[in-house]
Amino acid sequence: MKLITAIVKPFKVEDVKEALKDVGVVGMTVSEAQGFGRQGGHTEVYRGAEYTVDFVPKVRIEILVEDELAQEVIEALVKAARTGQIGDGKVWAMPVEDVVRVRTGERGPDAL
Amino acid sequence: MQIDSGNTAWVLASSALVLFMTPGLAFFYGGMVRTKNVLGMLMQNYVVMGIVSILWVLFTYSLAFGVDWGGHGFIGTLHFAGLAHPTQAVPGYVGPLAQSIPPLVFVSFQLMFAIITPALITGSTADRLKFGGFVAVIALWAIFVYAPVAHWVFSPTGWLFKFGAEDFAGGTVVHLNAGIAGVALALVVGRRRHWPKEPMPPHSLPLTLLGAGMLWFGWFGFNAGSALGANQLAAQAFINTNTATAAALLSWIATEKLRNGKSTTLGAASGAVAGLVAITPACGYVNAMGSIAIGLIAGCICALATSLKFRLKLDDSLDVGAVHLVGGATGALLIGFFGTSSVGGADGLFYGGGLTLLGKQAVAIGAVGAFSFVVTFLIGKLVSATIGLRVDEAAEHQGLDNSQHAETAYELGLVLSRGRITSTPEPLDGAVAARSEGSSEIRTPAMGADS
Repeated sequence: MKLITAIVKPFKVEDVKEALKDVGVVGMTVSEAQGFGRQGGHTEVYRGAEYTVDFVPKVRIEILVEDELAQEVIEALVKAARTGQIGDGKVWAMPVEDVVRVRTGERGPDAL
Repeated sequence: MQIDSGNTAWVLASSALVLFMTPGLAFFYGGMVRTKNVLGMLMQNYVVMGIVSILWVLFTYSLAFGVDWGGHGFIGTLHFAGLAHPTQAVPGYVGPLAQSIPPLVFVSFQLMFAIITPALITGSTADRLKFGGFVAVIALWAIFVYAPVAHWVFSPTGWLFKFGAEDFAGGTVVHLNAGIAGVALALVVGRRRHWPKEPMPPHSLPLTLLGAGMLWFGWFGFNAGSALGANQLAAQAFINTNTATAAALLSWIATEKLRNGKSTTLGAASGAVAGLVAITPACGYVNAMGSIAIGLIAGCICALATSLKFRLKLDDSLDVGAVHLVGGATGALLIGFFGTSSVGGADGLFYGGGLTLLGKQAVAIGAVGAFSFVVTFLIGKLVSATIGLRVDEAAEHQGLDNSQHAETAYELGLVLSRGRITSTPEPLDGAVAARSEGSSEIRTPAMGADS
């Protein structure tokens, strides 16, 4: 099994979700995140005092998939999240040792 | 004295309008602080309504507007303490000045000014005052600063009034007075930790703009109500108030556009307040064109003055100095240029009055400023040395909402723990005994278990 983590632009989350459903993903977890990469932050001004905000809002998506589905999911995700502009984000995959479905106690690929 | 029902109705309505400014101010300031301090700010403003209202009835009204003590024009006697002699005319208002409203209407109207003035100070010392220390400072300030200054300038028996200094609705008494007191108190308590290196941006500019709108609305009572009648002078003050405010709003956002490249909502709200402040002393002495000039000048000067605190390393947190001290002094001085006897009062420099009025205005600014600064500084030091005025580092980091009031302003997170109830209010022992005969169902409900 693999854990695929993606950091994407917030307005791309719906597109990504639809694309992943189309390739057979049955569940995902999203959370709001902030960070910086090559995309710059922004400036705010309050009564003449300028604040530089380096962290940019992003959404983190986490998906657990079976090994054979991983590449297809990553490709669909990247395609859906891409705008071609700086700040499109990152996707990475990691091996997962075990998964348990809390309700039934099923383990491994059965729990996905 | 003939009571006029129209005048009475207008000044009563104006009193309510002016009271409304203090919650407006609370929101204006509350939006500018961080989420952990918003309740602390609102609470400071609300408790001022409590403290000053009671003191006013007990004796500060009498100190401010009572029979002059010794004829020096410095302070009133306790003749009206407890609002005794409620039908006796306000001392000094005789002849052409005579009021056509019941004296208690005047008491109510002036009370609202006495409330908002110390409330203005809360912006200077935001995020770092102990609640108890703040309460003590405000009570002392209402007695030892506001009452004498109001007597000097507002009471016809006060020395600055008799001297000929003009202040229609409180440029010196309210704004200069509170502005310089804020600066003095900020000096006493010191800077917020990590200011100015750590960003402390406003948490809710919509609240700030809502508050500014409430201020603008209430200010019609403040200024036009100060005519103490429903008449031509009230109408002039009304239109001048709106005109100068509009001009200052535009002037502030133009200034910041040139300086920072963007016009901001905080700038629009601040500009409006700066205009309201500057026209306050002048609104019954200048014409509409004069109020445009005063608004344009004040909006620009106050916007530029916000940079001073960084140069002076003085944490006047929400710019009470830049807006109220600078704005109040600007408006009071500009009467010396734009004042015209065709509206009311004496002629200023531009209307053939020479420098006389300007000189008197400068004396009033200097006297009120020096007195307020020194006495406020002493009050601050006294409270700091006794019950304490500043919260400790842990409480400042935690925020005033929780450290001073055991509350949180916003529960926004879905996951945020609300904790569990560890204590519920108990009825008084006497109440338990009295009610236990009739009913056994008086125990505090077991909360949490059934939800």
